[in-house]
Amino acid sequence: MNEIGLGHYLTLGTIIFTIGIFGIFLNKKNVIIILMSIELILLAVNINLVSFSIYLQNLSGQIFSMFVLTVAAAEAAVGLAIIVMYYKNKGSINVEKINSLKG
Amino acid sequence: MEYIIVFLPLLGSIISAFFGKIITEKYSNILTSTLVGISAVLSIIIFYKVLMQDYSSNKLIFNWISSGNFNVNWSIYVDSLTSVMLVVVSLISSLIHFYSIGYMINDPNKYRFMSYLSLFTFSMLILVTADNFLQLFFGWEGVGLCSYLLIGFWYKKPSANAAAIKAFLVNRVGDFAFAIGIFLIFFYYGTVNYNEVFQQTSLLSQKEIIFLGIQTNLITLICLMLFIGAMGKSAQIFLHTWLPDAMEGPTPVSALIHAATMVTAGVFLVVRCSPIFEYSQTALNVVTLVGMSTAFFAATVALVQNDIKKIIAYSTCSQLGYMFFAVGLGAYHVATFHLFTHAFFKALLFLGSGCVIHSFNEEQDIRLMGGVWKKIPCTYILMIIGTLALTGFPFLSGYYSKDAIIEISYLKGNLLGYSAAFVGIFTALLTSIYSWRLIFKTFHGKYNNRKNNLKTIHESPLIMLIPCCLLAFGAVFAGIMFKELFIGENNQDFWNYSILFLEYVQHEHPPIWLLVMTPLLVTLLIPLSYYLFVSNEKILKNLILKNQSIYNFLLNKWYFDELYNFIFVQPIKKVGLFLWIKSDVNIIDRYGPNGLSKLVKILSNKSINFQSGYLHHYAFAMLVGFSLLLTYFILY
Repeated sequence: MNEIGLGHYLTLGTIIFTIGIFGIFLNKKNVIIILMSIELILLAVNINLVSFSIYLQNLSGQIFSMFVLTVAAAEAAVGLAIIVMYYKNKGSINVEKINSLKG
Repeated sequence: MEYIIVFLPLLGSIISAFFGKIITEKYSNILTSTLVGISAVLSIIIFYKVLMQDYSSNKLIFNWISSGNFNVNWSIYVDSLTSVMLVVVSLISSLIHFYSIGYMINDPNKYRFMSYLSLFTFSMLILVTADNFLQLFFGWEGVGLCSYLLIGFWYKKPSANAAAIKAFLVNRVGDFAFAIGIFLIFFYYGTVNYNEVFQQTSLLSQKEIIFLGIQTNLITLICLMLFIGAMGKSAQIFLHTWLPDAMEGPTPVSALIHAATMVTAGVFLVVRCSPIFEYSQTALNVVTLVGMSTAFFAATVALVQNDIKKIIAYSTCSQLGYMFFAVGLGAYHVATFHLFTHAFFKALLFLGSGCVIHSFNEEQDIRLMGGVWKKIPCTYILMIIGTLALTGFPFLSGYYSKDAIIEISYLKGNLLGYSAAFVGIFTALLTSIYSWRLIFKTFHGKYNNRKNNLKTIHESPLIMLIPCCLLAFGAVFAGIMFKELFIGENNQDFWNYSILFLEYVQHEHPPIWLLVMTPLLVTLLIPLSYYLFVSNEKILKNLILKNQSIYNFLLNKWYFDELYNFIFVQPIKKVGLFLWIKSDVNIIDRYGPNGLSKLVKILSNKSINFQSGYLHHYAFAMLVGFSLLLTYFILY
């Protein structure tokens, strides 16, 4: 058994990041899933920051990740608020039907 | 005065074309006719002045081209020859303007017609009053254009359009050679003004040049090139095919352009260039030969045609042949005299046939006429006068001019002269036969038209008959009145320096049998043709049956059209089709404009898909772009 090192953490981050990316554009159903995927991407970034912070013995990475979490929370709040308002207006949050950008 | 003569028709043309609708049809007709009429009267005054006072002038309109030592002016040059042409052109043209008022009465596009007629008159006047080859060429192309417009006047008829294009294209062949002639003149003389060119000709008469790898005499080459131009315009053999087809145009047009004036431009050109032609015996011989062949060829074809206008068209062709061989034998003054008389009687014949066609309600086939001379006596008499004059019946105009040509060929005394005289006499016989055939088939025998009841056959209105009467007057008296002046003993006094004779043209009296022969034969043929065409048609039918191949040969006009179709038209059509379908449509268009536009369309159709409106697509695109940029910056 190998010791769990930086590589494993980075791999985990990459996997989560990839899941997040795929979640954004393979998603056919719900806008909330997009929001969750963005959340996943941010978390992947956080994992990266934290693991490098430990690897390099430098605390600033962990502090930075705290900021990211805060921003992510705020972003989730704003995003959910937008989705709620959107649902009130259009009666659906189905991704397939949200294409008014097409004009 | 000269300015007025030339520019009044142009004024009429412009007014009728652009303001015809404003001043109403009636006034535009009267206006154009009157303006041309005024210029006819003034032309006669000029002619009289030339006659009495040896008047000649060269009035400058303005300087056209001035480039280095190349100077060309627009000007109005009047001498004896021009004055004769002025009278012919403006007089006949004004009569035909008046005639057209009656003939075209039911046509909705009369302004256009009158405007073209006046424009034609203007171009023709410019042509005859030119003092240099360039202005001549301008007039030459101007009349060609008007001819095209007028043949295709009834533009809804496909045959009229085809005939117009044919006339234009065949004339291009001649004009091409004519242009080369002018280029040669400019290249070697350094000028295109008549006077300077004519003065230098004697100096250059021995000059040899290499043309297309062949060493030729310069003067001969120039003359031949000018003559090919003249052949195109004057419908000489090989370039004649457009003239019979040109009969698709309205009859006044045929009378004015394709009988009296434009087609004689070629003869005019050669006569005008007599100071050049005189220095090249070869060219003159070619002119004679072509003239002889045309006279003979056209007369044989006219024998069997059935369209009243085509018979007269071929007759025109044949008479032009007479003029050319007279020119070729050095008898320029006689050719001009024949041109002068021919203009009257041929215009008369055409206008007469116009009356006939009018009476028969647009029927042109002489097999479908007949037996109507009592119903339309005026037209009948006019046509008889025209025919008598054409065939050279004694003391009518054709008699003097045509016999003068035959006599002068005989007096020439060489082989070419004798053969020309023979062809002349023989063609005169043929002329007589086909002309009387036309008369007898049209007016005598029994009535053959099923479409129109005999009762509906009516005389034409006065506005058509009066111009014909005036022309008939000309056809009868033009010969006797002007014979002494044009071709008499002292004709040099009149022609003065406008025609150059190197050799003295003999005016001794030809043998008496020659003098008597043509008129006698021509007169004898009248009862004979009456017998053949009216009393006893069986003889002719048997003759046709026995000589079916010759008959077909003549009926198909010596197969010239078929031959040209095979040699020139079809291959060129194939080349054209190849260039059009294969190279233009399939290559240039396909890969050029059409291909590009198709490509743009395809690309834009593809790029439309980018705008799906789905958020996740945009997000993905942003991501991809971001990663690409990042990769780029990391790598480089």
